[in-house]
Amino acid sequence: MTAVRFWNRRRREAGLGYLMLVPSLLVFSVFVFYPFLRNFYLGFFRTPPFPGLPQRYVGFDQYREILTSSAFSNSMRVTIVFALLTVPTGIILGLVLAMLANQQLRGIGWYRTIFSSTVATSVAVASVIFGTLLNPQVGLLPWLGISTTPSILENPKYALLAVAVTTIWQNLGLSFIVMSSGLQAIPDEIIEASEVDGAGPVPRFLRVTLPLLSPTVFFAVVVGSIVAFQSFGQIDLLTQGGPLQKTNVLTYAIYTALRGEQNEGKAAVLSVALFLVTLVLTIAQMRILERRVHYGD
Amino acid sequence: MARVVLDHVTKRFGDVTAVDDLCLEVEDREFLVLLGPSGCGKSTALRMIAGLESLTDGRIAIGDRVVNDVEPKDRDIAMVFQSYALYPHMSVARNIEFPLRSRKVPEDERTPLVQEAARALGLTDLLDRKPAQLSGGQRQRVALARAIVRRPAAFLMDEPLSNLDAKLRVQTRAELIELQRRLDATVIYVTHDQVEAMTMGHRIAIMNDGVLQQVGPPQDVYERPANLFVARFIGAPPMNTIQGSVVVEGGETLLATPGGRIAVPDAFGAAARRSSTGEIVVGVRPEHLEVDPSGPIEARVAVIESLGHERHVVCRIGDEPLVIVRQAADEPRPAEGSSVRLRAEVEGIHLFDAVTGVRLEAPA
Repeated sequence: MTAVRFWNRRRREAGLGYLMLVPSLLVFSVFVFYPFLRNFYLGFFRTPPFPGLPQRYVGFDQYREILTSSAFSNSMRVTIVFALLTVPTGIILGLVLAMLANQQLRGIGWYRTIFSSTVATSVAVASVIFGTLLNPQVGLLPWLGISTTPSILENPKYALLAVAVTTIWQNLGLSFIVMSSGLQAIPDEIIEASEVDGAGPVPRFLRVTLPLLSPTVFFAVVVGSIVAFQSFGQIDLLTQGGPLQKTNVLTYAIYTALRGEQNEGKAAVLSVALFLVTLVLTIAQMRILERRVHYGD
Repeated sequence: MARVVLDHVTKRFGDVTAVDDLCLEVEDREFLVLLGPSGCGKSTALRMIAGLESLTDGRIAIGDRVVNDVEPKDRDIAMVFQSYALYPHMSVARNIEFPLRSRKVPEDERTPLVQEAARALGLTDLLDRKPAQLSGGQRQRVALARAIVRRPAAFLMDEPLSNLDAKLRVQTRAELIELQRRLDATVIYVTHDQVEAMTMGHRIAIMNDGVLQQVGPPQDVYERPANLFVARFIGAPPMNTIQGSVVVEGGETLLATPGGRIAVPDAFGAAARRSSTGEIVVGVRPEHLEVDPSGPIEARVAVIESLGHERHVVCRIGDEPLVIVRQAADEPRPAEGSSVRLRAEVEGIHLFDAVTGVRLEAPA
């Protein structure tokens, strides 16, 4: 009798729960799930060379063709190098600044403000600043007496590095804030205990601070990688994917496919590829890195 | 083990003086309790000994070495924190091992030391657990084990029992005393709990507003408080204090209180004359007062608190603050609101300077 009543109540509560999920499911369906499936479907159609002609169904042919092309593997390589250049450096620099600012000193508030200030700049602002700094005619380099031909942003060797530096600078404020909050969440007494227990600064950092900071670092790695894989503004403003495709990251390739080549099918395939790559990367990070993360008690 | 000496130690934070000219010598193998209300500077004093705070002025020596400029890790001390400060990402064994690892003790020597410390505190079955999987009492033991795994010159303990529930606190208190005796360790123990101070310390050092008030064995401090602050801080319930004066009438020395006059020995007159302004405060502990129909002091019973084995008769004498009389449970119980007469044991009467608060005694 009571068991029956219990299950009835369980069922009623579950029903209510699903009912409350309906609005968000509806919104997600319209703006996320449907467009995503539609995009995947779009990849099955070859976009005609001239507008007005009918689209031709080619199934997985277009996927196979694009994903095995050298242009795609170049974009993949550039994207991965870009992420490797920006994410670890950004996190390490943010952590170094956060450690420096995590002290009780007079005027430390000014440093904190300065260190976090880039969070208030947009990608566009950062790009303009670095575009100007690296400009061979009016920038910092000629002022320093360094002449660059071709200019750094047009030099296949350095263009990606320059875009990466711009990105690191622009993200540094956020990285500093995230790392600072992580550091401040570590109880002072634990650090003090390790001091009394005889640990010098380096072992203290490696054995106590860093493990306790691991959830923050993990978060920064996962989110930072996703952001890096989706970077677009600085590429568009500084290099437009050039020189010689050396900065043509996936997002920029999607953009050129859609806007330049007017090739919806190709853009759809590349979008699906970007989604899958990001998904796999995030799952892999969760599987591999999260084992080393300590989430406190 | 070693002596710890604080020599005219002062700590200022901006305009606030947390510790003011503190002089204290902790003997080798002594259990010294630093006692005082929150904000009295006792924790700051302990943290200066640990090296977690710098000194504004003065000198601290551990053993034969002045440690003012020595890093905490090189001071050869162990500290137990109020929050235990266990390393949450390490197992119990790793936590206990940490001070040894940090000091580069070889691994084959570490393991038996960890085992021994764990055995001493009953943690042998918990070595693989993480701190989050332990109860408050168990965490406290891990913190203690981490402190005793090495034989440091001194143990510093900052309110280590205050996060435990009342029952566990009493039990752990006894275990801590036993541990200190067994290790023959120098312990400096900070607490705001006067019961802990009375029961645990060889000596108590009482602080208020950054200033050391009195140092001495618990019984001495209880029986001869150096000033009004100590008198009112030590003892539960604390010492009763009321305004009074000493008068001599017809060759007899009388102690005048708002509730009546008490005949006292002549020495009281000599003591009272040492008061800076002539005004005095009379102090009597609750156990030195009794309800007696022929007693000299008139009072009105406000409330009676029964504790089972004894009761506290809370009385009002004139307009003075409340006065507590300790009664055994088998004594006749006065009615609340009734008038009673009280008698004080003359040996239990203390005199203090009403302005400076200093204890007044007749010159020997």
